Amino acid sequence: MSEGNMNITLKVWRQKNSKSQGNLETYDVKGISEDMSFLEMFDVLNEKLIVEDKEPIAFDHDCREGICGMCSMYINGRPHGPLEGVTTCQLHMRSFKDGDTIVVEPWRAQAFPVVKDLVTDRSAFDRVIAAGGFVSVNTGNAQDANAIPIPKTEADKAFAAAACIGCGACVASCKNASAMLFVSAKISQLALLPQGDPERQTRAINMVNQMDAEGFGNCTNTGACAVECPKEISLENIARMNREYLSASFTSSED
Amino acid sequence: MAESTIKLDAKIPEGLLAEKWTKYRSTMPLVNPANKRNLEIIVVGTGLAGASAAATLAELGYKVKAFCFQDSPRRAHSIAAQGGINAAKNYQNDGDSTYRLFYDTIKGGDYRSREANVYRLAEVSTDIIDQCVAQGVPFAREYGGMLSNRSFGGVQVQRTFYAAGQTGQQLLLGAYSALERQVGMGAVDMFSRHEMLEVVMIDGKARGIIARNLITGELERHFGHAVVLASGGYGNVFYLSTNAMGSNVTAAWKATKHGAAFANPCFTQIHPTCIPVSGDHQSKLTLMSESLRNDGRIWVPLKKDDSRKAVDIPEEERDYYLERRYPAFGNLVPRDVASRAAKERCDAGFGVGHSKMAVYLDFAASFERYGHLEANKNNLHGLIQEEILDLGRAVVKEKYGNLFDMYKQITGEDPYQMPMRIYPAVHYTMGGLWVDYNLMTNVPGLYACGEANFSDHGANRLGASALMQGLADGYFVLPYTIGAYLSGEIRTKSIPTDHEAFVEAENAVKNRINKLLQIKGKQSPESFHKRLGKIMWDKCGMARNEAGLKEAISEIRALKDEFWTDVRVMGDVEEFNPELDKAGRVADFIELGELMCIDALNRNESCGGHFREEYQTEEGEALRDDANYIYVAAWTQKEDGSWQLNKEPLNYENIKIAQRSYK
Repeated sequence: MSEGNMNITLKVWRQKNSKSQGNLETYDVKGISEDMSFLEMFDVLNEKLIVEDKEPIAFDHDCREGICGMCSMYINGRPHGPLEGVTTCQLHMRSFKDGDTIVVEPWRAQAFPVVKDLVTDRSAFDRVIAAGGFVSVNTGNAQDANAIPIPKTEADKAFAAAACIGCGACVASCKNASAMLFVSAKISQLALLPQGDPERQTRAINMVNQMDAEGFGNCTNTGACAVECPKEISLENIARMNREYLSASFTSSED
Repeated sequence: MAESTIKLDAKIPEGLLAEKWTKYRSTMPLVNPANKRNLEIIVVGTGLAGASAAATLAELGYKVKAFCFQDSPRRAHSIAAQGGINAAKNYQNDGDSTYRLFYDTIKGGDYRSREANVYRLAEVSTDIIDQCVAQGVPFAREYGGMLSNRSFGGVQVQRTFYAAGQTGQQLLLGAYSALERQVGMGAVDMFSRHEMLEVVMIDGKARGIIARNLITGELERHFGHAVVLASGGYGNVFYLSTNAMGSNVTAAWKATKHGAAFANPCFTQIHPTCIPVSGDHQSKLTLMSESLRNDGRIWVPLKKDDSRKAVDIPEEERDYYLERRYPAFGNLVPRDVASRAAKERCDAGFGVGHSKMAVYLDFAASFERYGHLEANKNNLHGLIQEEILDLGRAVVKEKYGNLFDMYKQITGEDPYQMPMRIYPAVHYTMGGLWVDYNLMTNVPGLYACGEANFSDHGANRLGASALMQGLADGYFVLPYTIGAYLSGEIRTKSIPTDHEAFVEAENAVKNRINKLLQIKGKQSPESFHKRLGKIMWDKCGMARNEAGLKEAISEIRALKDEFWTDVRVMGDVEEFNPELDKAGRVADFIELGELMCIDALNRNESCGGHFREEYQTEEGEALRDDANYIYVAAWTQKEDGSWQLNKEPLNYENIKIAQRSYK
């Protein structure tokens, strides 16, 4: 399997399950090619561990093209590693040097408990969406798609917010483990579009309440989330969410 | 399991093609709202087809349980679809219509799909766009606020709706939000990180599943009055493909063990524009959307083994081979045609890059064209060439920015400065579980939708049609047709899961898992998967022949024996164990691989993505044999494990079959 000439030392978080304690273990990986992705280096390591009759390292990954949001690792303390606008699976070994030591850990947040090794449970995000991250339109209700013109600039802003992949890097990067960037991206997308307008108040209130119930922290405007977000979701969304939430709190027509 | 040929009744409604669906929909039996509340439906998979079906069924009032192996339904592989979704809206006023979309799809599929299904697909395509916009899917728009369209292969109108290069993501998040809304209301029970490992059959009907909780390893029994498989395609049988790492055939394969027919397994789509393989470490391949062929031109050097840099090769020494061979469609020929043409050039020694197994996809002409347009639009005069190109690059960035970024990440090269290198890769599977017009398999109560079924794309799928079919099945077809079946089930009470059929099914799963863990051999599941993939790609890939297929069959049989005696599965049963998950999936892929080769060997013709070297025209185009092979090959497994061929003849009543030509 050795086809390159980089040698890397990995310090990887190993934890049997959510109930046990974890610790960092050290592994030497040899013969790495700079064209490998970071996860392909883990593939190489895992194959080696199997040969040595040791348990392979569990990590979440699926599409390996930066869109599914499954991969999730702190690499040297940064969610998704050193590059901006890039998921772990799109990080390649050419971003590292021969002889580097790299520390790899799972997301750390109360709302994302560790399942095993580098795998965490992010189902809190699903519950936040279920609380209001939708337009209540049953299949078959819709009018013609071009019936409501939407200014391109608004549509583009909505799209930029909708690009969120739900990976959780925003939470992982935040010293408060706040989910504001994730939640605000969905609230913004739908608030910017006429289709989302009828429910904008209940949506903002319900999603924020669920976010709090899940144990995510508060936002103190540090901005680390937007720096680490692999899809470069803008902090403006948090400002918009605050506006939506406040105005809903004051003016909501619901009792 | 069937010992002799079974009769496959497609149950296509009577009447004129354009009226079949409307008439059928208006006259099928219904289930009243009070009864719907007592009927339970299991949906396996939460991609476009599964999420849209689960959400819509719950909206109708059924009790739904949805399952996915990922940690969230939002991560199903539909999320990675890039270029767009087709619909016969005719917003561009360029002559599109339901009939034209129907015709293009049948022709694109090389006359190997069902007329009635495809017509229905074209009919409901427009409703999909309406529904998605209403959900807040942010499709690309023009300055006037109207929806934008672009072109895709095999088509001469602009009917593809898109959201940059992330259309699948936006559509899936739309369906996911509809699904989560139902989860929030308690109408859908969602089971993430669960894998379906068995269908439970009671009195000849599908009545539930056994699923493994992937976190605890526990086996769970779930009852349903009907079971819907929306578990995606099987492209990962080739190991390297554009599919996600977890995409697998296991759910569909379990159905075949209960008599479900698997149709046209050899019809696989090799996508022409993917980032080439860079080494043995490669775990997956990445697509560069077909939409890039709107603006990119494909070429290779005219000279063999030309090692100059692309930008140093003058215009007159380039061979724009698609434009040369297919002047009418040029760079926008269907995928199968474009892939074979790339292979032909590379095999002949004209390939580029260090592996010589790549061709160029070049945007230079588009940068210049868009640059001039922008300069004119903004009244900028007297710009130098590089300034014009930069204006053009900005336009291309807006259309495909995420794809260009991805290319740069993976290859380390900047596609704004030099052409992309691309090569064909496995992308989609047209074959799948056989279903009738209702999307029901030949097993009563067991449905298949989306890529998991075989129904609409014949031997080759047109670009931007997978999203259309997944959502058509889930939003607008299955929710109706399943009602016709369930109307006969309103007297069936929920069956308790201590029923012996559930116990037996769970035991079967348990035994298989234990067997896998007890082999304690020397080779990892991954290594078997790689070896299977190599056999499949070399002998059942872009070109196939009789001798190669026969070799492949015996090699795969040997691989299967080796797997079951020498696989090493680490870890335990009762824990999170990705190695065990993988081992089960690879075991199923090995069996499927054999069937694909058997099917490819049986089909003594070339059509669409299935290219048998023995059957080609003088110009190297696919040569069909309509007299002998105008049928769906639906395979059922016999008691002894061998495969029985069942034929569903295809009748073309509305379209005149012709030699496909894109010249």
